[in-house]
Amino acid sequence: MSDITKQSLTELVESIKNKKLSSSEVTKAFIERSEKSKVLNAFITEDFTSALDKAKKFDQKPNLDLKLPGIPMAIKDLFCTKNIKTTAGSKILNNFVPTYESTVTENIWNEGAILLGKLNCDEFAMGSSNETSFFGNVQNPIDKNLVPGGSSGGSASAVAGQLTPITIGTDTGGSIRQPASFTGTVGLKPTYGSCSRYGIVAFASSLDQAGPMAQNVKDCALLQEVISSFDAKDSTSIDFKRSHYSKDLTNNIKGKKIGIPKEYRVDGMPKEIDDLWQKGIEYVKDCGAEIINISLPHTSYALPTYYIVAPAEASSNLARYDGVKYGFRANGKNLIDMYEKTRSEGFGAEVQRRIMIGTYVLSSGYYDAYYLKAQKVRRLIKNDFDEAYKKVDAILTPSTPSSAFKIGEKTNDPVSMYLNDIFTVPVNLAGLPGISIPAGHDTKGYPLGLQIIGKAFDEQNILNIAFAMEEKINFKNKITDWWIK
Amino acid sequence: MSKKSREYLINRKDNQYEVVIGLEVHAQVLSKSKLFSNSATKFGAEPNTQVSLVDAAFPGMLPVINEFCVKQAIKTGIGLNAKINKRSVFDRKNYFYADLPQGYQISQFKDPIVGEGKVIIDLPDGHKEVGIERLHLEQDAGKSIHDLDPQNTFVDLNRSGVALMEIVSKPDLRSPDEVSIYIKKLRSIMRYLGTCDGNMQEGSLRADVNVSVREKGSKEFGTRCEIKNVNSIKFMQMAIEYEANRQVDLIEEGKTINQETRLFDTKKNETRSMRSKEDAHDYRYFPDPDLLPLEVSDEFVNKLRSEIPELPDDKKKRFINEFKLSAYEATILVTDIEIAKYFEEVVAKMGKNKDMKLAVNWITGELFAVLNSKNLEITQSPVSAKNLAILVNLIKNGTISGKIAKTVFELMLKNDEDPQKIVEEKGLKQQSDPKALEVLIDKIINNNREKAIEYKQGKEKLFGFFVGQAMKASGGKANPQLINEILKKKL
Repeated sequence: MSDITKQSLTELVESIKNKKLSSSEVTKAFIERSEKSKVLNAFITEDFTSALDKAKKFDQKPNLDLKLPGIPMAIKDLFCTKNIKTTAGSKILNNFVPTYESTVTENIWNEGAILLGKLNCDEFAMGSSNETSFFGNVQNPIDKNLVPGGSSGGSASAVAGQLTPITIGTDTGGSIRQPASFTGTVGLKPTYGSCSRYGIVAFASSLDQAGPMAQNVKDCALLQEVISSFDAKDSTSIDFKRSHYSKDLTNNIKGKKIGIPKEYRVDGMPKEIDDLWQKGIEYVKDCGAEIINISLPHTSYALPTYYIVAPAEASSNLARYDGVKYGFRANGKNLIDMYEKTRSEGFGAEVQRRIMIGTYVLSSGYYDAYYLKAQKVRRLIKNDFDEAYKKVDAILTPSTPSSAFKIGEKTNDPVSMYLNDIFTVPVNLAGLPGISIPAGHDTKGYPLGLQIIGKAFDEQNILNIAFAMEEKINFKNKITDWWIK
Repeated sequence: MSKKSREYLINRKDNQYEVVIGLEVHAQVLSKSKLFSNSATKFGAEPNTQVSLVDAAFPGMLPVINEFCVKQAIKTGIGLNAKINKRSVFDRKNYFYADLPQGYQISQFKDPIVGEGKVIIDLPDGHKEVGIERLHLEQDAGKSIHDLDPQNTFVDLNRSGVALMEIVSKPDLRSPDEVSIYIKKLRSIMRYLGTCDGNMQEGSLRADVNVSVREKGSKEFGTRCEIKNVNSIKFMQMAIEYEANRQVDLIEEGKTINQETRLFDTKKNETRSMRSKEDAHDYRYFPDPDLLPLEVSDEFVNKLRSEIPELPDDKKKRFINEFKLSAYEATILVTDIEIAKYFEEVVAKMGKNKDMKLAVNWITGELFAVLNSKNLEITQSPVSAKNLAILVNLIKNGTISGKIAKTVFELMLKNDEDPQKIVEEKGLKQQSDPKALEVLIDKIINNNREKAIEYKQGKEKLFGFFVGQAMKASGGKANPQLINEILKKKL
């Protein structure tokens, strides 16, 4: 059984299509491994019984033309799933069961996949270590007491730990790419507007984007093909011609121009990250691509800009969790008292911190100095990329400034935690696609990722570059199954 | 326009004060579905039966603009002679309240869909231009119901998300009467356009009223107070009257007026403080990241422009020029689009040889009296325009007298019967045969010889007696003009 869970998505789809494996066998294998992996705390909600039923039903009448025929899949608990509890990692939604399905998950089920359960994440996707979840820390399968990254920590842990063949996360400032980097997996944040936000619990509307997380680039391309769609229910969804990302995937990147931005060589960056970047440059050259040094001059303003824009939007997006309509409610003497108690008890510390930051930067008298200024800087950051893309086809950077850290190591220092997103945040601010692929290990043996940033709507190109590099890197994730006794 | 005689001033010992009023009118967009969702907007539905997941702000729900509401707002802007902004932005106005599910209202703050415009209002002694500052689209909130339970408040979200147009006037109004006329004019324009039904009882039209006072002749504005959410013209007038006097009293006592939001208590007929400027909400407006800026093309606006019907001001001009109506008559007929429609149908059905004056008199006289007494709208008129036109023509061509016409009109009220048929069936046709009338009059003179002599001797009052006798003898059907002529000849 255990070798089933070792298979990639592409292999599993092949096996089911060739009838070497049934959906029930595959589903059972992942459930059994998940049962043995509770220590990872990757799941918030398990839906195993129902998953087996669905697999059985699929096997009785298999539709093998689908892209994900009978493939079991666990997903981040930020996606609303019909009749399945959806918490966003928060106490305030602890009892919330949607009557509707997000467009992205709808697309997945329409291609034949089967829901295994809902995966842990930072509360309302606010965090870089999955430590802000109301449902507890998630363990990184790489090593004991190591964070899996965040906010899609449960998703990264579940893919790396082979509890799901593939998954989806959401990425507002790096929440797919950073955990992918920390767990030796592949994570793609698509162009803003590529995947519908309908039915995804909102964090920061102008930055949020769903994307695939996988063991390899090909799987990632296949899932991107499934989830990306124009959706009239999301006014920011964009109607552009989408490639057949998996079918059109090629390792031929000869002559592609890859930009290396000098501003990403930040102070205090560990040497091993810099070395990894250099190695990445060599791999790209080996593939026949051309390296061009570029400048993204406003990079250093990206993090402060992000920490104004994202909390501002979040402070407003989270106003709806007031105890009136659904979710957790604390009793109060009157309406205001009920609001205060509900939100004080229902939201965790990090969420409250960001609501307060966001409320502050939008306040009259501060709006111009913070929010408006941040919007202007955001435009400059976007312009930097536009300029760069006149010269290059894609940009190569490290995914994160360090490898995974220990649980509790940064919880008391929010700023050092925020610094995790230094290389990923500019991509969200500019609305561009970015992919993180595992590229090596640090001295502790923890995985490190490289990020490829593309032009808007050019997911195919960065998938191709990632695919070509993946072959050269030949990365092997060191999963020892330490948590399975 | 100078109108000294009608100036609305508040007098105190030595001082005269002028009242300055600006209105923020909230007009519900006439639309089957809400501004950002497809829920229905029918008035009076069972609580919480017209609520979508978007209206109730469920997690992950997103607003999608209703194009029809955008068209309605632009049409209204055109009707207000206003600038249509090709790019406008939806902002979030953030505040907590139980009937505001999102925790913010989607509105337009910095960049409204409609910019400056103007409305002409008709005053008893001329007309006046009232400036429009802007018109923007926004969502309505739900309704909190506090009186169903001693402990709990109930919330009805049927109205949550319904599209409103906020129409902000410049501080150009100077009296409660001008406010009344302005509101009626706005309503008239929107009803012509079909963009708002203007029904104040159902809350489709309500206003925040900004009031300040200043010494007559002063150019500076006084400190203003905003009276929130007044939902009838009468209450607006009462509120302004009270508030202006309150402010004048404060000034006279040497006190200062605080800029604040006030509520009008309709039972006590007074305004009272709701919150001061210091306590004002910080709404933390910012562009809604769930919605892209709203961009409309010239073609889009021009197409809507081509769909704009003739509006009251133009219709009035045409009625005056084409039908030779007085300005007063034309105003009465154009204010309500349905009355204008009725009138124009009567005109059309009267054919070539029409008596416009007679038609106007019958509509504004007999017909309006019936509608008023029965509390009916013109659209519910028991007499159709076609039959009223026939009736007017029957009078005009001498088939019946004006007096008989009233009898016929009474009979028409039952089943909207054809007056021609009534006249024939009841034999009400006017007697206009001179020979027959001569015979009838000869008989009357013969029967009243003494009175005839008295008349000849100079008792001219008796002429009326003979007319009366002749009418009586003819059963009221004799042509009164002929009777007059024959009597004069014979007596």
